[in-house]
Amino acid sequence: MTTVDTVTGTAKTMVLNMGPQHPSTHGVLRILLELDGETVVKAVPDLGYLHTGIEKSCEDKTYSQVITLTDRMDYLNPLGNNLVYCLAVEKLLGLAVPKRAQYIRVMMVELQRISSHLVWLGTHAIDLGAMSVFLYCFREREEILNIFEMFSGQRMMTSYIRIGGLALDPPAGWRAAVERFLRMMPGHIDEYEELLTKNRIWIGRTKGIGYISPEDAIALSMTGPTLRAAGVAYDNRKVFPYSSYEEFNFGVPTRTESDCYARYLVRVAEMRESLKIVRQTLDKITNEGPIMAEAPGIIPPQREKMKTEMEALIYHFKIFTEGFSPPPGEAFVTVESPRGELGCFIASDGSSKPLRVHFRSPSYINLQALPRLIEGQLIADVVACIGTIDIILGEVDR
Amino acid sequence: MGDSKIVAEASRQNANVVAECLRSWNPKAVAEVIEFRGETTIVVPRELLRATAERCREDAKLQYNLLSDATCLDRYPAEPRFELSYHLVSIPKREKVRLRVRLGGNDAVVDSLVPVWPGANWLEREIFDLFGIRFTGHPDLRRILLPDDWEGYPLRRDYPVEGYRDVPNTGEMFRKSSTP
Repeated sequence: MTTVDTVTGTAKTMVLNMGPQHPSTHGVLRILLELDGETVVKAVPDLGYLHTGIEKSCEDKTYSQVITLTDRMDYLNPLGNNLVYCLAVEKLLGLAVPKRAQYIRVMMVELQRISSHLVWLGTHAIDLGAMSVFLYCFREREEILNIFEMFSGQRMMTSYIRIGGLALDPPAGWRAAVERFLRMMPGHIDEYEELLTKNRIWIGRTKGIGYISPEDAIALSMTGPTLRAAGVAYDNRKVFPYSSYEEFNFGVPTRTESDCYARYLVRVAEMRESLKIVRQTLDKITNEGPIMAEAPGIIPPQREKMKTEMEALIYHFKIFTEGFSPPPGEAFVTVESPRGELGCFIASDGSSKPLRVHFRSPSYINLQALPRLIEGQLIADVVACIGTIDIILGEVDR
Repeated sequence: MGDSKIVAEASRQNANVVAECLRSWNPKAVAEVIEFRGETTIVVPRELLRATAERCREDAKLQYNLLSDATCLDRYPAEPRFELSYHLVSIPKREKVRLRVRLGGNDAVVDSLVPVWPGANWLEREIFDLFGIRFTGHPDLRRILLPDDWEGYPLRRDYPVEGYRDVPNTGEMFRKSSTP
């Protein structure tokens, strides 16, 4: 049981339990607030309501079976989770992924970033009382989910990115669908900005709320848009490029105000940058080419080959019964998820199951700064501050 | 892969810089340097962990200002069974390094890094919760993901995936204590 030791110890303050079912906690986050009137004196987050032991389950699965589990951590960024896990296993194996697959990965992850930011914007706005933005954001998110469904057959839990490449070749008509989305999306982002950026109520609820200094943000290990809104241009896509990000031309939006409003502006600017990247991938992705690395014994052989070649059939059987075994060692890979630095640490002991899989989830670590953001603020701002960190409880608790 | 050779070369240079810097500060600080797939791991003696971490953050040649991640690995039944990994990032230098401490099963205690990086707080609580490693000097060492009355440390390798019991741990201890 988590309890709050009241700071003052007098009848002046009261303890208020917020969550775990409160709608603005975006899942099942519980916060114990000690209040002096309407001012928050102390805040203690209490988590674990969604803990499913994914890291333990990973130890009992073969390397390729883990991919479906990663989808279920950060359910607004399943492709990013697939990507970080696959990059870590590929690093352990020393496997090179074909360029075409890398570009398709970049395109999918950037579309995912836009859809994740759309859900964030919609729910953040609804938390602060702007109902209509939510409906617009979900309308456009639907378009992105349709594209995912085209590619992988799934809208959310795609498991599209696999070790060594991708699950499927892009479907017929994918280019037209992505181009259509690219044509309509900039106008829609303008639409959201028209609704919010100069809206007096929006500015009143977010400007100057939830300030954290850049030094404190780094000391608290914050990453992602929350750190960039404090003026630190730390983006894994630029600093430690992966999956050929160094070939793309895009900016890293930053602000210096470090309040909820600045974080909103950073995320909206990021959506526009992501659109730029997706547009560049369209030129780079060729219509023909491999989507999987060549590595017999690790990558499942093509169906056609299995009908004519003995080795292909044997490899297929071995991969799906006992899996493959990377050399003993550890790998840690980080990518930029919509919420910040998403990391995956894998240790191998040379067997076909991982010895340890650990995910550095940005929501979990960013949430740590919540008491710092809200202590001394009004209780109405707690909702704005939770929204601005953009937490996904599935990823916080894992 | 031509790329991976360049990466490995860059990482070796970085490993040399970090190891030399730490050795010139305290010859005992670097017990071992491991290079694998372009990642540098510096094994640090347990009693020097906090001082080394502080050095990594403060030294002008290193500037590892962001604690990206901290996690644990259980090598049961080998001894010392626990390996703590701290992943550090230098935002100004664009470098990464991993500090490692090895801990025995009977004596799984290590200095907390919260005085160096306040962000280590929840990371260490998670390790305490799931591996049962104690951090001395931690301001608030409680379970974080599991209920307070959970038995055992689930991420240890000798903890079965299904748990110790036929029925899941439903927290009856908690209910017993809260009924008057």
